[in-house]
Amino acid sequence: MASLPIITYPDSRLKTPSEPVEKVDEALLAFIADLEQTMRAGPGGVGIAAPQVGRAIRVAIVDVSSRKDTPNNGRVVLINPEITKWDGFAVGREGCMSVPDYTGAVIRAEKIELQCLDELGAERTYQMEGFEARAAQHEIDHLDGLLFLDRLVSRSGDLFRRKAYKKKGE
Amino acid sequence: MSGWTMLTIIGEDRPGIVAAVTKILYEKGMNLGEASMLRLGGAFTIMLMVQGAASADDVARIVQPVAEPMGLRVHADPIEGKLHDHVEPNARITIFGADRAGIVAKATGALAEAGYNISLLETDVGGSQVEPIYIMQMEGVASRGIQSLKDSLAGLAREGVEISVEPIDTMIG
Repeated sequence: MASLPIITYPDSRLKTPSEPVEKVDEALLAFIADLEQTMRAGPGGVGIAAPQVGRAIRVAIVDVSSRKDTPNNGRVVLINPEITKWDGFAVGREGCMSVPDYTGAVIRAEKIELQCLDELGAERTYQMEGFEARAAQHEIDHLDGLLFLDRLVSRSGDLFRRKAYKKKGE
Repeated sequence: MSGWTMLTIIGEDRPGIVAAVTKILYEKGMNLGEASMLRLGGAFTIMLMVQGAASADDVARIVQPVAEPMGLRVHADPIEGKLHDHVEPNARITIFGADRAGIVAKATGALAEAGYNISLLETDVGGSQVEPIYIMQMEGVASRGIQSLKDSLAGLAREGVEISVEPIDTMIG
């Protein structure tokens, strides 16, 4: 296993959609092991996607199990993931190993269902919510050539001033 | 490499101020860092990091020809740049209520004692002229945890001010 170099924006490979994995084989599993080591060495350590190390394949890893009070599916390897259901939305703050020294507010679905292949090449379905769902959506965005910068919303987004409505007769 | 200047410009708000100021800075070869522009009441305000001049006074002299015709006041101070060193906030506080004297002083005084370092503060006066309300939003680092912030604001909450203290849970992916 080896920790791989993280590529950072504006590297154009981060804005390029990735190709589906065709075969789950030894070479892919070795890459996934390296990818996981890279993730665990990073500042957040809860998610990583193959394009962040310059590989344009639809592979990502999410593991939020080390955070307290956080519903999770443990260590999840996502091969060719597709989000099949979305429910609710939440504003949360995100950063990215590929975008150092900047964080911002992003709206994500609160709950998702996703389908993917696992490391045995078997089809899997996961239900995710909250922080884990946010991490998965962030990583799947990477596979589509999107960064959280593409989805920024206002920094102080939770309380907006409304226009005063004129009362009748005014 | 020349040092950084914090350029402060204020005046009556009108369209095109930022465009005019940054155009002249660009033409004179200045480099811009981080900036915060806000309309406060009817006033235009901006604080802008500028690099590339020999001194802060030089930066002020560069923008003076566009600032003066627009009735803007210019102020410039030498600062250390310290870019690429963002402090990650971990707590957001929103306070609102009927506008009255002392809300900001009481809130920030209590928060400072509780170890809260504010990195962003925005306050607005909303409501009507007859019944103004005060809205205050802050982000910062709670060095002693969220609960200590909540405890520190309990007294203010009893005075009928609405207070929300929320963790900022940054997901780094």
